Amino acid sequence: MEFFQYLGANTRSSFTKLGRGSYFLVHLIAGISSVLVRPRLLLKQLHSVGVLSFLIISISGLFVGMVLGLQGFYILSRFGAEETLGVMVAASLVRELGPVVTALLFAGRAGSALTAEIGLMKATEQLSGMEMMAIDPIKRIISPRFLAGVLSMPLLAALFSCIGIIGGQLVGTGLLGVDDGAYWSQMQANLDFQGDIINGVIKSIVFGFVTSWIALFEGYDSIPTAEGVSRATTRTVVNSAFSILGLDFILTALMFGDN
Amino acid sequence: MPHNKTQDTLVGLFVASGIASLFFLGLHVSNLSSFSHGKTYEITARFSNSGGLKVKSAVSAAGVKIGSVKSITFDPKTYESVVKMDIDAQYKTLPDDSSASIFTAGLLGEQYVSLDGGGSDDYLKNGSKIEITNSALILEKALGQFLFKSAEEKKGSDDKKGNGKK
Repeated sequence: MEFFQYLGANTRSSFTKLGRGSYFLVHLIAGISSVLVRPRLLLKQLHSVGVLSFLIISISGLFVGMVLGLQGFYILSRFGAEETLGVMVAASLVRELGPVVTALLFAGRAGSALTAEIGLMKATEQLSGMEMMAIDPIKRIISPRFLAGVLSMPLLAALFSCIGIIGGQLVGTGLLGVDDGAYWSQMQANLDFQGDIINGVIKSIVFGFVTSWIALFEGYDSIPTAEGVSRATTRTVVNSAFSILGLDFILTALMFGDN
Repeated sequence: MPHNKTQDTLVGLFVASGIASLFFLGLHVSNLSSFSHGKTYEITARFSNSGGLKVKSAVSAAGVKIGSVKSITFDPKTYESVVKMDIDAQYKTLPDDSSASIFTAGLLGEQYVSLDGGGSDDYLKNGSKIEITNSALILEKALGQFLFKSAEEKKGSDDKKGNGKK
């Protein structure tokens, strides 16, 4: 009996949270127009969200590309198709690994920092202080961070894919002896701008949207204590990872399902 | 708010490198640069079997890509495959008695349409039809025929041997 009570209360509270989150999202999007008037707020957030994630994204991209080069070569050489290494590396990076791994790293690097920052602002009553001064904290604090997240995700994902492709080329043509011309020309012949690159960018924008939303909402909705903030940070990373991977499946099925 | 110039520069560099990598992906990794989306004209060819030909497969002449396959449909009256192709408008001097064949690039490669020029003085233009076509080589069919034929020959020679003994 108690179990059913627990189940019902939990379900109800999670729906309540989803409702609060949706209301928060509408409020936040409405606040974006006021960010455009003050571009300096956005610039500052682009620095903390985008520029500071630059290094981890580039280094991870390089290693992911190099590993893809090694593993791809091992499989492809069994079929005597080493020349298609470029296609394999580029397609898997641009379509899947670029957006997904970047989003996961982004959630860990920038999302958790956003949640902790907002949660601490709430715990030290900075947000209520702003409300006392008739400044809408959502317009002033949340919207610039959200916009910065959505804008920097596709840039970071593109960077990740590029560096990964170059890493794959370093390993493939430098170490394993794949022909350099074949690596690039096969890649160009088989990757479609509309079907592969644009879809990858769309994916990364969706992931940036969802990750920033989750991170900011968890911070804004956290219990204003040290423990509450730490729990909110954990939830950000876990929920972001779930939603990124789940959404990735749906987006892939929609985009690439028919070919 | 204190004005921080280094921060501005870093953000600028970040946005610039992100856009540069998008351009790199577009121009260097995908097929955006290799085929101009400029003016094209459409020609049609009918094949008795178009094999594994797909939309966007290459159309080439003398090994050079001059266009791509636009659509492949089945004609229920003649039981033929109708292949519509977009040819780049700069190649407008293809003779109208050219023949179209479906070849495979390498043993396991993709299939493409190859146009071989004829001797006519009139050129293919928008909406033209190619009359002479060679269908795709279906590997299973060819193998099947080869095996059947070799089995037949073997049987024939066995019969002869048998006759000789008698």
